[in-house]
Amino acid sequence: MIKNIWRFKMYQHTRLTNNNFSFFSKFKNFDYILLTCILLLGFISLATMYSTDGGKVLFHTKSHFTKLIAFTFMMLVFSFINIKFWFSIGYFSYVVVIFLLIWTYLFGITSSGSQRWINLYFINLQPSELMKIFIILCLAKYFHRMKLEHVNSIYTLLTSLIIIILPMGLVIVQPDLGTSLLIAISGIAVIWFAGINHKYFIYTMLGFVISLPFIIAFLKPYQKLRVLTFLDPDRDPLGAGYQIIQSKIAVGSGGLFGKGFLKGTQSYLEFLPEKHTDFIFTLFSEEFGFVGSALLLVIYAIIIYRIIAIGAGSRSYFAKIFCYSFGAAIFVYITINMSMVLGLLPIVGSPLPIMSYGGSSMLATMIGFGIVMSAKVHSQQSIA
Amino acid sequence: MINSSSDNVRKLSSINRRMFITGSFKFLIMIGLVSRLFFLQVKENKKYLTLSDKNRIREWKLAPVRGEFHDYFGNVIAGNFEAYQLHIIPEQVEDFRYVIYRVKDLLELSDKQFKKVLKKKNEIKPWETLIVSDNLSWKKFSKINNHLYDLNGVKPVISISRNYPFKGNFTHLIGYVSQANENDIETNEQIKKNFVPGLKVGKVGLERSFEEKLIGSNDIERYEVNAYGRRISQLEFQKGEKGKTLRLTIDTEVQKLANELLKDQAGSICVMDIYTGDIIAMHSSPSFDPNLFVFGISEDDWQLIRNDPMKPLVNKTLQGNYSPGSTIKPIVALSALENGIVNTNFTVNCRGHKHPLELYGQSYHCWKKEGHGFMNLRNAMKQSCDIYFYEIARKLGVDKLSETAKKFGLGKEVFGDLFNIEKKGLVPNTQWKKNALGQGWLLGETVITGIGQGYIQTTPIQLCLMTAQIGNGGHKIYPRIVLNDQNKETQIDKFIPLYENSENIKIVQDAMFASTNEVRGTSYKSRIDDLKYQFAGKTGTAQVKKITARDRELDLKTFEIPYEERDHALYVAYGPYKNPRYAVSVVVEHGGSGSTTAAPMAKKLFKLIIDRHSLRESINDKKYLEI
Repeated sequence: MIKNIWRFKMYQHTRLTNNNFSFFSKFKNFDYILLTCILLLGFISLATMYSTDGGKVLFHTKSHFTKLIAFTFMMLVFSFINIKFWFSIGYFSYVVVIFLLIWTYLFGITSSGSQRWINLYFINLQPSELMKIFIILCLAKYFHRMKLEHVNSIYTLLTSLIIIILPMGLVIVQPDLGTSLLIAISGIAVIWFAGINHKYFIYTMLGFVISLPFIIAFLKPYQKLRVLTFLDPDRDPLGAGYQIIQSKIAVGSGGLFGKGFLKGTQSYLEFLPEKHTDFIFTLFSEEFGFVGSALLLVIYAIIIYRIIAIGAGSRSYFAKIFCYSFGAAIFVYITINMSMVLGLLPIVGSPLPIMSYGGSSMLATMIGFGIVMSAKVHSQQSIA
Repeated sequence: MINSSSDNVRKLSSINRRMFITGSFKFLIMIGLVSRLFFLQVKENKKYLTLSDKNRIREWKLAPVRGEFHDYFGNVIAGNFEAYQLHIIPEQVEDFRYVIYRVKDLLELSDKQFKKVLKKKNEIKPWETLIVSDNLSWKKFSKINNHLYDLNGVKPVISISRNYPFKGNFTHLIGYVSQANENDIETNEQIKKNFVPGLKVGKVGLERSFEEKLIGSNDIERYEVNAYGRRISQLEFQKGEKGKTLRLTIDTEVQKLANELLKDQAGSICVMDIYTGDIIAMHSSPSFDPNLFVFGISEDDWQLIRNDPMKPLVNKTLQGNYSPGSTIKPIVALSALENGIVNTNFTVNCRGHKHPLELYGQSYHCWKKEGHGFMNLRNAMKQSCDIYFYEIARKLGVDKLSETAKKFGLGKEVFGDLFNIEKKGLVPNTQWKKNALGQGWLLGETVITGIGQGYIQTTPIQLCLMTAQIGNGGHKIYPRIVLNDQNKETQIDKFIPLYENSENIKIVQDAMFASTNEVRGTSYKSRIDDLKYQFAGKTGTAQVKKITARDRELDLKTFEIPYEERDHALYVAYGPYKNPRYAVSVVVEHGGSGSTTAAPMAKKLFKLIIDRHSLRESINDKKYLEI
């Protein structure tokens, strides 16, 4: 008798606090494959960072390690938060980040010619990176309850376009074309999954191709140079083409099995530009070769696969559309970064998720993973 | 409710359909990325690996160690020494201003030198070596070493550099080295191949002639460098080869004596082995210290050498074109004998200045006012009677004379193309005059050619060769300076006779003997009676300007005439007379008469040369190699 009461009380307690999901069942619902992959990626990125520091534990390694630990913990905490919460803050968080972008525009820190950061004393935050996640959250909420026939209405289209163009504009003026494009791609991914008519995409694409000459005319001289350099890197091997040539040399000289950990001559003799950030894959690829690079791609592929699988297994439309869009966005980040360092795309500033050094980018990615993990843990949660 | 749920179903099927489309795209793009990786890393691996190595490996050449010059006995006459240098690598210095001013004080650098160093510093990259001083004295070097504790980044370095231990004694023979300039690099492949900044190459003399053999080859250091060209680690060190050491035929002791004899005078001394053609000594005076040039000569020193009226920069032995004066007489006599113009009994009466030889209104005097009286060949040579030689030259004709003179080595380079500066001299004939001056030959010119005046010009080394070839009995020899020079080795020991009748040579030899060793001979005062040293020679006094009737009346002593107008004193000789081995030529510019100035020098030379003969013989090539 007493036992039963005790049981009842315990049940009541968990029910009240955790909204039908017990702490342990949440643990059980964790996607361990995704978690393992993320941790593995974190470990690889740490090792690579250690190599960029020349085989010593220096600033970048320490800083990356701290951020990795803090943000992984944050991700785990986020997974326990009910998916309903993330749904509820969809618009609010977007507005906050917009506010932060305006703040950046007004009072931001300028570094190497662009005003991208705000000083939060313990961290220099780059709000444009956060926008890559929160625009998905916002649009996912926007489309969650919308009927399919309303999706293609002019009103919906205009609203969602405004939601995308507003942060894009704020980021372009920083100036940071790369990130603004990535934000746009994140937003467009949501619109695509929401079911907007194919023809709009086709029209947009046609419009883009037609207006390409005008767009090029509006590009800044350094951006034009990047495009020209992409088309022919050898036109200025020591100037504009230097980065891409050296990057290709590093990757190509890696061979099948690589030069070995801490033995990448291109990187530790400082031929590689931006080796901590955008070009980190080059260093990894030089030291671990084709086998290592392919393995890294497989890890990314598994992560993306798991994100999609979580979306597929979610009960709520919101969780589904978020996971699919986030998966697509992550995929695009990876593709753009790798295509860039492999000489398949012009140089655009775009970090490789988790691998690249940079707090804001990792923060954004980890928030995304946290929400995905929360969707997994609360996969049976329906949102009214 | 039903409506909404059917809408939900449609929504879900739409999103899932699109998810599959996107998924397939992702898959394809992933495959694209992997194939791009495969293409770069596996297929094109070799190309990029080469590019990567090209990026990171750089070669540095070090200055090669130059071969040495040894004399016949193995003494080093141009060697290498360890130069004390001071290097600074600016980036390793914490406070460059402080250090450089401290160094300036310690080394007592002048403001000019200091500015030069600062200028050099601005021209190089901060991790490249700045050579503050390239040749420090031991005193300053040790001073720097004592103060190293507060000179961070300053490196005292010992580097190998050229040294001429005998200073000016060999200058014109050996030449000197100095920093290679653009012209050197362009004209010489070897220099181009081995060039490093600061490389020193031969500028004149044998240093220049044997540059290819002496230069050696570079040490090569392969370094791994970073993107900014900074050296990270040494991968390989490839030792270069030291240049070839050349052994010369020179005897340092004789050379030193030659220097001593011509001290404070302008002129030249040559000593030659009359059988092998070995040059025992070859000196041109005044000389200068070749060590001055090794680290770049200072402006003051350079002006001092350049403006010296005695012209130390001219190698008088090879470049000096002198009228041979009476030293040509043995050749004139020989030519006359060979061509059957005269025999030993042919006599000419020399009646002094009142009765000179008259030709077409021009009169030709003997040097002796009172005249020599009746002269035969032996006496005419002995007393150097000009009237006699006017007469036989007139009878001989200049073309036949020039033929004999050329046979004995006059009128062409003695060393071939060994020295780029060597002059040919001039042996005139009628054809030459027609070609060069466009005029016909005059008989008067033949007459004065007979006493070595007029157009005829010879270098001291030619006179030495001529004497040597008379001394060895009229056989052709090939003078050489470098012993282990294979190119020339083959020509030796072919004694081609230069005469028609060996009796004629003996007559000339005997006449030269008389000139030195008999009473009334022109160099009788310089004779050595000891048979071991006894030599035979011929004096010469070459006029620098035409003697006028007024000069003849005044009959001034040498020291009363201005320096530039004094006669050149010449002397050629070979010895020992009984079993000859060496030939000597002495030329003293504006030295007065051959018998008073040049002949005594030859006497001293013969004493030393013959004393050292047995020592020289005792050393043969084999022994030298074993040492």
